[in-house]
Amino acid sequence: MHAPLTPTARLPIGSDADLAWLRQHVRQCAADLGFGLVQQTKLVTAASELARNTLVHGGGGHVEITTPTDGARRGLRLSFVDSGPGIRDVDLALTDGYTTGGGLGMGLSGAKRLVQDFVLDTRPGLGTTVTITEWVSGFPAPRPGAR
Amino acid sequence: MVQHDTAPEVAEQLSEFLKRRREQIAHRWADAALFSNVFTVSRDEAVEAGRAVAEALADVARSGRLEDIEAPGFDTVRDQLGRMTSARTQSGYTPTQIAREVAGLRAPVAALLRAEFDDPADERMHACLLELTVLMGTLRLVVLETTINAGEELIARQRQQLLEVATPVIELWEGVVAVPLIGTLDSSRSQVVMESLLEAIVERRARYAILDITGVPTVDSLVAQHLMKTVAAARLMGAECIVSGIRPAIAQTIVHLGIDLGSILTRAGLADALAYALTQQGIAVSARPTAGADSR
Ligand SMILES: Nc1ncnc2c1ncn2[C@@H]1O[C@H](COP(=O)(O)OP(=O)(O)O)[C@@H](O)[C@H]1O
Ligand SMILES: [Mg+2]
Repeated sequence: MHAPLTPTARLPIGSDADLAWLRQHVRQCAADLGFGLVQQTKLVTAASELARNTLVHGGGGHVEITTPTDGARRGLRLSFVDSGPGIRDVDLALTDGYTTGGGLGMGLSGAKRLVQDFVLDTRPGLGTTVTITEWVSGFPAPRPGAR
Repeated sequence: MVQHDTAPEVAEQLSEFLKRRREQIAHRWADAALFSNVFTVSRDEAVEAGRAVAEALADVARSGRLEDIEAPGFDTVRDQLGRMTSARTQSGYTPTQIAREVAGLRAPVAALLRAEFDDPADERMHACLLELTVLMGTLRLVVLETTINAGEELIARQRQQLLEVATPVIELWEGVVAVPLIGTLDSSRSQVVMESLLEAIVERRARYAILDITGVPTVDSLVAQHLMKTVAAARLMGAECIVSGIRPAIAQTIVHLGIDLGSILTRAGLADALAYALTQQGIAVSARPTAGADSR
């Protein structure tokens, strides 16, 4: 097993400024892990959607960033955690265009389409955790400084 | 904080002293760092400011609320202290350094107070000195509070300026305005962009407005929603909006996200967008080397 290139991090989600910082951090992690530009952009966009949901619908929370390995595969895993109202009807929330807050209603469903793994864990009244994982595609994984 | 009870007669005596000796206090303070560094031009102004602070402290002491930063006595000098500390902040001083300068105001007053008593062991004197220390501690908190408020205001103001600087609307051609967007488009930023663009449309009587997003790193559903709202608002003002600079990785991401920008006119680059606007106005534009701009 490799030592992770980017150490595990936990960032707060409490303001627009936190979202901007989070996007930057995720982009850097993804670049360090050798993700291509399109994959980076998709991951950052998904992160932006989920973090905004944590902030707007979940009343704030945090994101946990880890770099799991699976055999020779390396990945980037982001868990968005809040202790807000939770989601009563998950299927409805994952429907394109469904919103309870004047948004486009494309964040949750769109984020799910943008990444490889998407796990939504929610308990009404207790909170919501959305975990996404993206694996570096292509072989071998390019590493900075290695050829 | 430990609650501290002030004997009313001690507070009264301290108040009387501060009021009676306010001239001397003001003169000594005029030479202290906090005042002398702010009022560099005129010592008279420093003395006047010091007198006002001494009078305010006398009022606070008389009210008996020596530990209360909300004591009405402070209200008369809050503005003045705010201006003084913001002058210090602007020359690079930290709140801690300013607090130290305020702490330095106590010693000259204490010396004057001691001189009032013949017997250096007078219990009344010690009681008064103690109350003076409490009162000056409260003044320090009041100043610190104004410093922090001033700092926040400064940050908010600079942020506002940055927003405006970062969204310059330029007139590319008669009747064609453009905003090159740079950085994060959060809600407040988007609001500023929309307002400045709509204003420019009216002012320049623009028929075409170009939103160039080459410098926007992430287009998520909120940014897309803001773009759509801006386009719709520009349309209501009689201008046609063209969004340019959607990079390939962003275009793919938008499609996967499921957002339909089909109702928005897009062009690859700013030059393509301008060429479109000119052609629409009947101005001949020679063939450009850039391919990839779709024609509609
Ligand atoms: N973390 C969350 N906590 C509570 N509700 C959520 C959370 N995330 C999403 N939702 C619910 O799912 C709906 C759809 O989310 P999304 O697709 O991102 O659309 P939007 O954010 O534009 O409303 C939201 O309107 C909200 O009701
Ligand atoms: Mg959302």
